[in-house]
Amino acid sequence: MENLNGYLIVSAILFSIGTIGVLTRKNAIVIFMCIELMLNAVNLTFVALSRHLGNLDGQIFVFFIMTVAAAEAAVGLALIIAFFNNKETIDVDDINLMKW
Amino acid sequence: MFDNVWLIPLLPFIGFLINGLLGKRIKNETVIGGIASAMVLGSFIVSCLTLFNLLSLPGEERQVEVKIFSWITSGVFNADVAFLIDPLSCLMIMVVSGVGFLIHLYSIGYMHGEEGYYRYFSYLNLFTFSMLLLVLGNNLLLMFVGWEGVGLCSYLLIGYYFHKKSAADAGKKAFVMNRIGDFGFLLGIFTLFWYLGSSHNVWTITFTELANNSHLLPTGGIVTVITLCFFLGATGKSAQIPLYTWLPDAMEGPTPVSALIHAATMVTAGVYMIARMNYLFIRSPETLAVIAVIGACTALFAATIGTAQNDIKRVLAYSTVSQLGYMFLAMGVGAFGAGIFHLMTHAFFKACLFLGSGAVIHSMHGALHHAHSNDDAQDMRNMGGLRSKMPLTFITFLLATIAISGIPGFSGFFSKDEILWQAFSNPHHGSLNFLLWGMGALAAGLTAFYMFRLVFMTFFGECRITPKAKDHLHESPMIIVLPLIVLAGLSVVGGFIGIPKVIGDLFGGIPNYLEHYLDPVFKHSEEYMAHHGAHTGIHNIALEWGLMGTSVLIALIGITVAYSLYVANKGIPARFVAAFPGLHRAVYNKWYIDELYDNIIVNPCKAFSQFLWKGFDVIVIDGAVNGVAKTVMACSGVFRLMQSGLISNYAWSMAFGVVVMLSYFILK
Repeated sequence: MENLNGYLIVSAILFSIGTIGVLTRKNAIVIFMCIELMLNAVNLTFVALSRHLGNLDGQIFVFFIMTVAAAEAAVGLALIIAFFNNKETIDVDDINLMKW
Repeated sequence: MFDNVWLIPLLPFIGFLINGLLGKRIKNETVIGGIASAMVLGSFIVSCLTLFNLLSLPGEERQVEVKIFSWITSGVFNADVAFLIDPLSCLMIMVVSGVGFLIHLYSIGYMHGEEGYYRYFSYLNLFTFSMLLLVLGNNLLLMFVGWEGVGLCSYLLIGYYFHKKSAADAGKKAFVMNRIGDFGFLLGIFTLFWYLGSSHNVWTITFTELANNSHLLPTGGIVTVITLCFFLGATGKSAQIPLYTWLPDAMEGPTPVSALIHAATMVTAGVYMIARMNYLFIRSPETLAVIAVIGACTALFAATIGTAQNDIKRVLAYSTVSQLGYMFLAMGVGAFGAGIFHLMTHAFFKACLFLGSGAVIHSMHGALHHAHSNDDAQDMRNMGGLRSKMPLTFITFLLATIAISGIPGFSGFFSKDEILWQAFSNPHHGSLNFLLWGMGALAAGLTAFYMFRLVFMTFFGECRITPKAKDHLHESPMIIVLPLIVLAGLSVVGGFIGIPKVIGDLFGGIPNYLEHYLDPVFKHSEEYMAHHGAHTGIHNIALEWGLMGTSVLIALIGITVAYSLYVANKGIPARFVAAFPGLHRAVYNKWYIDELYDNIIVNPCKAFSQFLWKGFDVIVIDGAVNGVAKTVMACSGVFRLMQSGLISNYAWSMAFGVVVMLSYFILK
């Protein structure tokens, strides 16, 4: 597996895009999608390194992450819908009930 | 033989439980008073049996310990609930239960119709129990339990009319003063136990073992410290200088209480304690000197105050302080037997005097109440001429007054004269002896004066209340008069058990029964004095007669002066007051001792407490607690601003934190 670096670079780019998206975007759904992007970037790293090292541990981890991501998507979307029902918006700047 | 001794303290305790727990439901005064009196009568009967049993033993065996049960055992320390039956404790239980029974009987009539009748009798029973425990206990700790018990009952009974502020205050004062003394008593017990244990490996607090090991104790030194501690306890309980001021205030209690607790029994506990541990006190000449001087000073000092009081009970209260001073004078000159003798005769005549004054107050109170007068029923200036209205009270009162004044043939004469002679002739104090005798004799003269002043103001002359009230004055019921008659009889004949040798020889060698009877108790002191008495006391029969004659003469002068001032020439006292207003005011206000104590002890104490409260507690303690809370509040006020509630802020902080951590690990 000679171009491991290529996989890792792609994964780093995807992760960075995701991070920047989470930090800069205001739409809750977009932030949510960016988080998925970050998770999948990590998945890619796991799989690439698993293959590179000949060790299946990383791939098992990926299954766990995908399961958690699915559960997270369900809970997260439900929260967003509930919030939208109350406030008619899903802009995260308007969500500040937990302030001091 | 002494199997039933445990009944003596137990019976009054049962009476206390019955009246204390069920009294409120019994309601019937006769039943309540009857139960209480019967219990004390039972004690008295068992005490008599105990005395007979004791007398049937030969002299040297008259010291029996009856163990009831083991109380505390801890390492080398051991204390049993056990009773010591010896001539001294037997005499004391006879006096306590005998006089106690008469006063219980009297109380049935005196307290009639009072609110809390059952409460009164349960306290009185509890007192009798504690006092009997005090005198019967065979070790210091059991004695201390009784000692505290009588203090508690004294407090409860002084404050019996607790809705009156003066009574509640007097109770508190008595309690606090007694606590000061109790502190000394405890220190004495600790020091004695520690010293004998650590230096001689004798770990004991029982009186018999202490007596048998008393030869281990040095003369002076540590013994002086121990005995002074014990003596401090005695000054509190027995109202001696400097802790006497509570006793006159204790007159706020019902009069029979004053008779029982604050004249006949409890206040003599200090005298009893010193006599019980005579082998300790004899080993410290310094302590003996302190006791003798304080006793003589108290006798004289209290007598001067007694001459100017108008409240009938206060005169008697100062008289009690003064007579207790005599007893301590006796203890201080090593005449333990004479002190106990005076304790006994004083119990008779002072109980009689107090009960007589109670009868007078009772009658006055009723009469003034009928006439709707607000005059003070206890003020002698309102009395006068009661002789014809209350003949039995008058006669008994007069007999007791003659007894206390020291007229030959009456009980007070024998005991007081014995003390004065011992004060003059004892081998302990050298040149101090004459002074001690002089103060005692002067106090005897003053005693005769103020007691006859009281009699003349109360029973002679014209009645000074309104004629309407006067018609309501009457003799008290039989249940009140009967104890007076018995006590007056005892005041007259009680002295014949201790006739001084010089008089006994005159009448064909009548022995001094009491001295002989008490010999076994004081034998350790006698032995000590036989070995260490460098110079023996004076033995001069002519001198003894001379001094006896002098003290009788002084007493007669006191009576004559009282007669001329308060019967023959009534104007003189007023003129005297006018001539020396300052002196009269000082004496009338008890030499301002209460004010002095207030200023040098109570007020500085209060000021210091105020400082501790306002200064230390509020500023330092509260300041520290509140300061911690305020600091936390201030810090959290800053940190909580971080909680903006905005997701992007949190996300940025998180990303920033991760970057910082990663940079640290990468660049390390």
